[in-house]
Amino acid sequence: MEISFKNVDYTYQPNTPFEHKAIRNLSFKVASGTFVAIVGHTGSGKSTVIQHLNGLLTPTYGEVSIGDYKLTPEKKIKNIKDLRKRVGVVFQYPEHQLFEETIEKDIAFGPKNFGANEEAIKERIIEVMQSVNLPEQLLTRSPFDLSGGQMRRAAIAGVLAVDPEVLVLDEPTAGLDPRGQRDMMEMFYRLHHSKKLTTFLVTHSMEDALEYADHVIVLDKGTKFMEGKPSEVFLRQKELNEVQLDIPEVIKILFKVKEKLGISLSYKGQSTYDLACELKAALGGGSTNE
Amino acid sequence: MNNALIIGQYVPSNSFIHRLDPRTKIVIIFFFVIFVFFANSVASYGLLTLFSISSALATKIKLSFIIKGLTPVWILIIFTFILHLIVTKEGEVLFEVFSYPIFSGAVILGAAIALRFFLLILVTSLLTLTTTPIEITDAIEHILQPLNRIKFPVHELALMMSISLRFIPTLMQETEKISKAQASRGVDFKTGPMKDRIQAIVPLLVPLFISAFKRAEELAMAMEARGYQGGDGRTKLRELKIERRDWLTFFGFALVILSLFLTRS
Ligand SMILES: Nc1ncnc2c1ncn2[C@@H]1O[C@H](COP(=O)(O)OP(=O)(O)O)[C@@H](O)[C@H]1O
Ligand SMILES: [Mg+2]
Repeated sequence: MEISFKNVDYTYQPNTPFEHKAIRNLSFKVASGTFVAIVGHTGSGKSTVIQHLNGLLTPTYGEVSIGDYKLTPEKKIKNIKDLRKRVGVVFQYPEHQLFEETIEKDIAFGPKNFGANEEAIKERIIEVMQSVNLPEQLLTRSPFDLSGGQMRRAAIAGVLAVDPEVLVLDEPTAGLDPRGQRDMMEMFYRLHHSKKLTTFLVTHSMEDALEYADHVIVLDKGTKFMEGKPSEVFLRQKELNEVQLDIPEVIKILFKVKEKLGISLSYKGQSTYDLACELKAALGGGSTNE
Repeated sequence: MNNALIIGQYVPSNSFIHRLDPRTKIVIIFFFVIFVFFANSVASYGLLTLFSISSALATKIKLSFIIKGLTPVWILIIFTFILHLIVTKEGEVLFEVFSYPIFSGAVILGAAIALRFFLLILVTSLLTLTTTPIEITDAIEHILQPLNRIKFPVHELALMMSISLRFIPTLMQETEKISKAQASRGVDFKTGPMKDRIQAIVPLLVPLFISAFKRAEELAMAMEARGYQGGDGRTKLRELKIERRDWLTFFGFALVILSLFLTRS
């Protein structure tokens, strides 16, 4: 679904001494099927932005459109449940939402709420267990017997089971070990393509943003600081440092190579391996053992 | 949390009332609650109203915010007033509503009770609006100190209080987070038949209890790891001190009480 924000403001607890403007004058537009990364310092409003995508929050000013659904301050949309079925949100630490006696029941909870029939739910459960890489034997176990990483996967399966068209991920890999982080990102990337999803990823990892996203939105103090292709945005080191963000390792290395060796390689989204080969060629060959 | 009841919320500021010793505030409110029941004339009620409103103004918190924050209490106050109109049958009949007689005594009594109720709630909520929960527990521990002699566990009580108070905001945040997560999975907390709405509470309560127990366990472990053992010989990080402004306040309050007895009929 195509998603757009038009001059959106969002204020928490308006008209109280605790009033806090978390988003100001934010506009962007994302085509259907895009993998979007939202990056920004803690408190920059990332989580507030994504809660607009399934109508948990409605803008205090401006307009948010998700496909045909419009969120405006004036009127509530009636078919909010329909919107929530089509936009799945995986919150930070999603394992905190588990509550059923068995994993099977917990995964079935979402689809059931959205009115799917028993047959369809059964099929979905098998499918999503495979997607999140959990063995089927676990279905009859209590979610609270699992390891932390498995709990996270089970919770994500519960969101995927609804079969959303838009998948929103709020720091989905926080607190996992490096291997687990990698596996999980690969999983989301696979799903993004196989299910033709529109994906929003909130992340602190510039590496992930560079590697997986088609489009990056950089937030600072509730407003858009930069936007564009990751391979372009992440070249702007100075500006990113201004808002307490770093650039990915790969690009840092490129800058260093230029600074120390005077060789300028252009970054076009190559892999580290390809870059190393280019560098080798630029340095004039040599043996292949590096 | 929009438009939530403000009782129990702390609003930071640097007003005179904020800087008072918490014990001063608690003692004054304690006596205020008693003396409210002594008011029996227009003048004495006027005096107490004046005292309450000026205290509220002195907190530098917007009066409109306080009044709006008491909305649920307003409903109760109005309900009390109407109940009095219906059941009290004193004085003369003022007028009739749907041929039901309303007595003058009922109006006066109803208004007095409603006002009394309002003043009590207003003044007590000023305490929590201007005093951090930690200050309140410190003050209570101090005030209850004499009970230590009869082996009453004052320190433990205060600790329990401060831990519970400390975790109220955390639990509220947690509730909001989990209810948002479940709402995203199609739970409807706000509409639909009563039966469904009650069922919708389960997916909220289970995770909430689990995280509360986890937190409690972690906190106990952390306290033990640092060798915590309360009570005797433990010094305080924040010393409470009665200053000149506290004496001034006590004096001012004494004057108000004196005038109260002079204006009683
Ligand atoms: N429920 C809330 N009530 C009041 N303020 C909030 C609430 N949630 C977030 N905020 C504030 O809004 C700002 C943006 O928060 P958030 O969107 O969570 O940032 P991020 O996800 O980028 O860390 C922060 O300053 C935060 O303190
Ligand atoms: Mg966040």
